[in-house]
Amino acid sequence: MTPPDLDPELLRRLLRAKDRMDAASHEAWPVERLARVSRVSGAHFARSFKDAFGVPPHRYLLTRRIERAAALLRDTEQPITDIAFQTGWSSLGTFGRQFKDIIGESPGEVRARAQAQRELALAGVPACIVSAIERPQLNISVLEKRRREPGGTKGHRKSKEAK
Amino acid sequence: MTQGVQVVGLYVRDQDEAISFYEKLGFRVHTDVKNGNYRWLTVQHPEQPSFQLGLFAPGPPVLDEATAQTVRAILAKGAMPPLVFTVTDCRAMCEQIRAKGVEITQEPVDRYGTVDAGFRDPSGNGWKMIQARKS
Repeated sequence: MTPPDLDPELLRRLLRAKDRMDAASHEAWPVERLARVSRVSGAHFARSFKDAFGVPPHRYLLTRRIERAAALLRDTEQPITDIAFQTGWSSLGTFGRQFKDIIGESPGEVRARAQAQRELALAGVPACIVSAIERPQLNISVLEKRRREPGGTKGHRKSKEAK
Repeated sequence: MTQGVQVVGLYVRDQDEAISFYEKLGFRVHTDVKNGNYRWLTVQHPEQPSFQLGLFAPGPPVLDEATAQTVRAILAKGAMPPLVFTVTDCRAMCEQIRAKGVEITQEPVDRYGTVDAGFRDPSGNGWKMIQARKS
């Protein structure tokens, strides 16, 4: 079903809440706080945000946090625990689990791969080759890939959890 | 220069509001001509006399009302393409426009010698403000 047409004036205020999450994704953004930014009620906010931007606000925030954590893992030497707390998680376990659910690899794996790539690059291997090495081998469908993985039903649980 | 881009247009929800906003960034009205419902409005930065930024309101007679409504929604959602404003001092400019009530969406960040920040116009157009590396 196509979401109802929202009033541009309301959309502009919802965008303000999205901007605020972008600017400080490590902060806690309960619906009430976001709703205040957009000057609407909490219930109205959650529904309108999803209609406007296609994802519920908390899931949008999660993607921004994961994105930032992934960048810090790749670009800095900071300990994973520090990165987890710095990007808005209060538990390392939750961070690791959600990160793996979304990215498909653990934070440690992402870091190790980034380091290996840097070493290759430093060794003088051309950048295009370095990136080709990392190209995912998607010669079967994503669904099939998921089915063949040990504990292959995990994907379904994952999509439910990420709601 | 005799060939190149002369005008790039932005959609704005209200042209008068847009003039006061872009004046805060240092632009001045270049052309403001009305013909019935239609208003051709461009602004120019004094340091860039070969370029005009068009500020256009979606609506009749150019767009039918239904299309205009869609454009207004896209604009308000911040889904229009990115814009870049180049400055000599990003932090100073940010403070200057913040004092005038401009919404800073991203505080200035240093990135390997360049400094960038983000802000939005009242309609929802998103700008990056970039201070180039000193050469």
